Amino acid sequence: MTATTLAHSVVEPSGRSKGIAGTVIVVYAVISMVPLVWIFLTAFKSPSDSIAYPPKIVFHPTLDGTCNLFTTISRQTADYISSLPPPMNVCDRIARARNMVVAGPSNFVPRFLNSLIIAFGSTALSVVLGVTAAYAFSRFRVPAKDDLLFFILSTRMMPPIAVAIPIYLMYRELGLSDTHLGMILLYSAVNVSLAVWLLKGFIDEIPREYEEAALVDGYTRLQAFRKVVLPQATTGIVATAIFCLIFAWNEYAFATLLTSGQAQTAPPFIPIIIGEGGQDWPAVAAATTLFLVPILVFTVLLRKNLLRGITFGAVRK
Amino acid sequence: MAEVVFEGVSKRFARTQAVADLSLTVRDGEFLVLLGPTGAGKTTTLRLVAGLEAPDAGRLRMEGRDITGEPPSTRDVAFVFQQYSLYPHLSVYDNLAFPLRSPARRIPEDQVRARVTEIARLLHLQEKLDNRATRLSGGQMQRVAIGRALVRRPAIFLMDEPLSSLDAKLRAEMRVELKRIHRELGATILYVTHDQTEAMTMATRIGVLEHGRLVQLGSPREIYEDPINIHVATRLGSPSVNLMPRQLFPSVRVPEGAVTIGVRTEHVRIRKSANGAAVGRVRWIEHLGDQSHLHVTVADTDVITLADPHADLAVGDEVAIEMVAPLFFDASGERVRPGGNGR
Ligand SMILES: Nc1ncnc2c1ncn2[C@@H]1O[C@H](COP(=O)(O)OP(=O)(O)O)[C@@H](O)[C@H]1O
Ligand SMILES: [Mg+2]
Repeated sequence: MTATTLAHSVVEPSGRSKGIAGTVIVVYAVISMVPLVWIFLTAFKSPSDSIAYPPKIVFHPTLDGTCNLFTTISRQTADYISSLPPPMNVCDRIARARNMVVAGPSNFVPRFLNSLIIAFGSTALSVVLGVTAAYAFSRFRVPAKDDLLFFILSTRMMPPIAVAIPIYLMYRELGLSDTHLGMILLYSAVNVSLAVWLLKGFIDEIPREYEEAALVDGYTRLQAFRKVVLPQATTGIVATAIFCLIFAWNEYAFATLLTSGQAQTAPPFIPIIIGEGGQDWPAVAAATTLFLVPILVFTVLLRKNLLRGITFGAVRK
Repeated sequence: MAEVVFEGVSKRFARTQAVADLSLTVRDGEFLVLLGPTGAGKTTTLRLVAGLEAPDAGRLRMEGRDITGEPPSTRDVAFVFQQYSLYPHLSVYDNLAFPLRSPARRIPEDQVRARVTEIARLLHLQEKLDNRATRLSGGQMQRVAIGRALVRRPAIFLMDEPLSSLDAKLRAEMRVELKRIHRELGATILYVTHDQTEAMTMATRIGVLEHGRLVQLGSPREIYEDPINIHVATRLGSPSVNLMPRQLFPSVRVPEGAVTIGVRTEHVRIRKSANGAAVGRVRWIEHLGDQSHLHVTVADTDVITLADPHADLAVGDEVAIEMVAPLFFDASGERVRPGGNGR
């Protein structure tokens, strides 16, 4: 009896402990989801509903916020508006109801594209640099290897914003301020140390015999790296890429400091979306909701790898 | 197929002399087994041939050409590693095809398919070709590992204890299998192991390695019957050769300097002693079916002999011992031969 209970509990949690675990997860998920749901709902409120107190759970949904996010509008006389042809789309109609016309697209789409270019660009660069450096540290005799690795890690020990002023001055001198390249380099510089350390752990765990077998079979070192090491390091590469991407995507302080125009990313842009009479919360909420989508898609697509990767090799075999 | 020559090859790792001044010729078409305990330098020796390690001193030749400085990819060797030989991210088929698809070789894909199919048949792996390499039993994995070496026709096969992870039954099968492959392909094989049975059953010649040194080289029979020191004598034979102090047998004539007498189990003759000529007493009888091992105590030393299971002997009997072809060793364990040094 005890033996079977034991065997059962070792192989599979009992129904009761599963129930408890499930409850805990559901409660945690609900608590975590509340702000997201609130932001999502706010995106469809009217500006006045969005700041109503107590908050409105039930409200009349509108696309005001979304329209304000994607367009710029200007005030016109009622005579002028009535002389126009019928509204072309929903945003036109919403604007005209308030004596406005759509003057053109807002900056949101270009800012969003900047975020995509900079985040994915720096992630790609960090991972490429990280995987090659990690491979070298893992496999070759590098002079002062331990000191170098410690140095690389030590670049993460101080909060990056502590060097904001020097970097600001440096970037101004080098003409890197407010450029895609500048931001990609900056985020890669921050991320590459994490990438090297994470990836070295994964590559260390790939037995050398695999590459050696390839070398003996007539492959060069580089070919063996591509055909044997990279496929087996996929899990680690994916996990590292997600960490790098999340950092670069969400980074706010440097983006505020170093970008203002053509290379500005979404994080400094979103909170300052101004509508009629101040902060346009529904537009901010709509932007925030959209801002979540790329990371969500990326993570869900690579979920299987991520789950194994985040355990840092513990259960890879 | 080709001859591989070691000329005074040495390799040192920090504090360990892994291979010491090794001179050895692996003859064309030979199955040479290097036998030695863990840490004897077996793996290092193979890695030196493959070019995965560079020797500190000495040269390596293959078919007369000096390959000492060549990278692994141009040496034309095939290596079966002790473990981790299969790529976990590839199917069995792709594992077998991997060596043929090397950019250096550029073999058309239909020829690759033909070779892989042929080798899969040879190793009874046809049904497993689409499996992931990790979805195989230990024996199947090792067969694939050997197959990866066989798909090419390398100058020499290097095999690093390829059977050590298999169970006894499979190991016995694979021994036969490897020997058959050796004969059918006329392959040159340098095989290392710590298992004396593998060495005795498969080798054309055996080299005994100890602390990176080649202690003795010869046919299995020579090594077994004519070991040059105690170490080599104890390495082969099961149960191990009996070693007894010379003083136990005052009546035996020994060459000068001999302090230890070695005699193999099958070379001990036991007689029930009559009228006090006893030298030992039967302590224990091990019945193995077709034969028995008799444990006889002589003074404080245990001597194991082979005996007919129907011999009329019982525990406690006093027996006389007669030795056929005894081996004599001096104080440092070196062999001393009757009638002077050398043979
Ligand atoms: N890469 C290495 N670094 C340091 N020492 C090593 C290395 N490879 C082997 N050795 C040492 O060299 C000796 C011989 O090793 P090896 O050739 O693997 O022996 P075997 O295969 O006979 O067990 C051992 O003492 C081992 O610890
Ligand atoms: Mg070894």
